[in-house]
Amino acid sequence: MGREYDNHMKITFDSISENEKFARIVVAAFIARLNPTMEEMSDIKTAVSEAVTNCIIHAYENEVKQIEMEGKITGKKLFLRITDFGKGIENVEEAMQPMFTTGLKEERSGMGFSFMEAFMDQLNVVSQIGKGTVVEMEKEIGKEKEF
Amino acid sequence: MYQQNGNILIIYVPKELDHHKAEEMKKETLHIFQKATIRYVIFDFKNTEFMDSSGIGMLMGRYRQVNLTGGKVFVTGVREEISRILMLSGIYRIVKQYETLEEALEDLSR
Repeated sequence: MGREYDNHMKITFDSISENEKFARIVVAAFIARLNPTMEEMSDIKTAVSEAVTNCIIHAYENEVKQIEMEGKITGKKLFLRITDFGKGIENVEEAMQPMFTTGLKEERSGMGFSFMEAFMDQLNVVSQIGKGTVVEMEKEIGKEKEF
Repeated sequence: MYQQNGNILIIYVPKELDHHKAEEMKKETLHIFQKATIRYVIFDFKNTEFMDSSGIGMLMGRYRQVNLTGGKVFVTGVREEISRILMLSGIYRIVKQYETLEEALEDLSR
């Protein structure tokens, strides 16, 4: 039986801010085989950074817990899933609005989900109060971009 | 990383500006703001290759601080990757861009 993807990875790391960079580097190395352009690389790194930062600040409110990151490559397509087991988002639709932030005091811009949406082809967020949040993103590499 | 020149604060933004780095920078700039009267803040992005929305939060935070007293925030040395983020965020409505740090300083000295 053949696999339905070309490569797969799954890692778990602590929700400390140092690991925002760690997560970006992992994903950058994972997609290197697809020869992404600088722009595509930058897009994906930004999206990963936003998702992981959300886990650290919002889901776990700076407590040290676990973040899961899973990646799959199928042809030219990258799939990413970033999961936390934190407090969850009450209203996902509202949280995804540009400039919406619960972290005004912490100098958050409220652009996290907007950037994920803008830089990836596909964004899907599922959250459950008290259980956690799953962010799934997809992007095809080597595709002409319409901005 | 920081250079104070009268009421002008120049911030040399590091290679990567994410939430981790932004927290550090926030503490350091608040410290400077407590000691001195800063009216103008220039973020020089010359060496910056990566930024996420934490950088936008950082710019907005400093804007709020100086805007109350009629000050301004500038960005300089912005390269392509960073420019796209700034554009998308709409921050250019409140922050003025100059090609180089020198140009921003020259304009401020007029």
